[in-house]
Amino acid sequence: MIRSITQQKRDEELDQLLDGLGRVFIVGCGTCVTLTRTGGVPEVAEMKRTLSSKGKIITGDVVLPVACDNLTKEALAEYGGQIRQADALLIMTCAFGIQTIANHSDKLVVPALDTLFIGKETGLGQFDEICTQCGTCILGETGGVCPVTSCHKGLVNGPCGGTNNGKCEIDEAKDCAWTLIYERLKALDRLGSMKKLQKPRNHQGEPSPGKFKL
Amino acid sequence: MIPSFKEALESGKFVVTSEVAPPKGTNLEKMAHHIELLKDKVDAMNVTDHQSSVMRFPSLGGALMVKEMGGEPILQMTCRDRNRMALQADLLLAASRGIRNVLCLTGDSVVLGDHKEAKGVFDLDSSQLLAAIRGLEKGKDLGGSDLDGSVSFCAGAIVTPEANPLEPQLIKFEKKIEAGAEFIQTQAVYDLDNFKKFMEYAREFPARILAGIILLTSAPMARFMNKNVAGVTVPQELIEEMASAGKGKALAKGIEIAGRMIKRIRDEKMCDGVHIMAIGKEDKVPEIMTAAGLL
Ligand code: SF4
Ligand code: SF4
Repeated sequence: MIRSITQQKRDEELDQLLDGLGRVFIVGCGTCVTLTRTGGVPEVAEMKRTLSSKGKIITGDVVLPVACDNLTKEALAEYGGQIRQADALLIMTCAFGIQTIANHSDKLVVPALDTLFIGKETGLGQFDEICTQCGTCILGETGGVCPVTSCHKGLVNGPCGGTNNGKCEIDEAKDCAWTLIYERLKALDRLGSMKKLQKPRNHQGEPSPGKFKL
Repeated sequence: MIPSFKEALESGKFVVTSEVAPPKGTNLEKMAHHIELLKDKVDAMNVTDHQSSVMRFPSLGGALMVKEMGGEPILQMTCRDRNRMALQADLLLAASRGIRNVLCLTGDSVVLGDHKEAKGVFDLDSSQLLAAIRGLEKGKDLGGSDLDGSVSFCAGAIVTPEANPLEPQLIKFEKKIEAGAEFIQTQAVYDLDNFKKFMEYAREFPARILAGIILLTSAPMARFMNKNVAGVTVPQELIEEMASAGKGKALAKGIEIAGRMIKRIRDEKMCDGVHIMAIGKEDKVPEIMTAAGLL
């Protein structure tokens, strides 16, 4: 399942964002941020304690089932009284949740998390970014491994000179995408597609912001 | 007029290139000194492009300076900082000012440099930049539009003969030649028996190959490269040889080793020439060439 991967903002940044906002209503989410332990029930409880100790008044809190769902509007309505008393909503969901909530509330929204990437859980407690929705998918030529996303430089013609023992030049914990692609294509006896000189990518497959109508 | 780098490559002689690094700032004295020192000794001088992702005076400015001072520049261009429009525009400028050689590189990641929060562009990669040059030469830009006045370059690329794994790197090498690389400067090589094996393979391709020689300055520097520079391996014997040099004599030992390696490459006709990188010690290049019997 695809997941929105988040990380809590540093305390100093959060303090700055909440400066002058004495009354806060906290929103968490039961989906991705619960899985990544950044905005589920325990984290919201912890945030309440922290902010109270810093002198904030917590007017209420809720962990929505799926913050990015359109049902969020109704869910928030139930807490109308507590939300009205707050100066701002501190939102411990990913940025999809934050924007959904901002659409359905006239309160100031303050993000508690940074949304890192849309990824997938590839092992226990491990999340990887595997597609950045480029609009011109080339997985058919790369054995199903995405170089646009998994190669740090998004290269489509093979590795740069930075590959170090199969790892990426920027981080030895990251696999070099082109080592993976090479191994896959070799196993599939399809190295021919790696040997093909690829044209420069179309970076405007769907000019940003993406919009689609059925 | 000084012979072009292309003429040197085609002459069949043992070709020697070196490099100069533009400064961080506008004080061009040191670079001018290095250009003056090397321009009549080497066949061409690479001008590095924000090497190691550290922001500097531009390679194009440095290449123009080499030209003005009577040397033969090889303009290094990475794909890290410019999109396809800016790269092509700079190629037009370079061509209009008589710069005849370009080395196409993908470029290091910005996170390895001194502007770690910058956007890495990589709109093109090295092989696509080569293909773009060949397109400009035919009078067409990457958008498919016609040019009023075209360009002509001797274009090259790099290869890492000791990359691990090697096969994906070789596939890329072949694509660079297919895209139009006429010459290849390799990443530093130290194990010449290994390099010979690489050359048995590489010789089959229609590109001149210059072996990369990085001057060793100390044993710790050699160990540092082994640990931190992808695709560079300094063998243990060489590290020991560097360590055995007496106090204050490490650099002289490094010059001796570089000279010895170049001499062997030339005597055994391993490849078409060498590319000497004396990172920060460009003034030692003549001594290396003397040690190699080239001066
Ligand atoms: S090429 Fe990569 S980023 Fe683009 S759609 Fe396919 S998987 Fe996603
Ligand atoms: S080391 Fe591999 S993954 Fe990293 S930028 Fe180079 S080619 Fe891409």
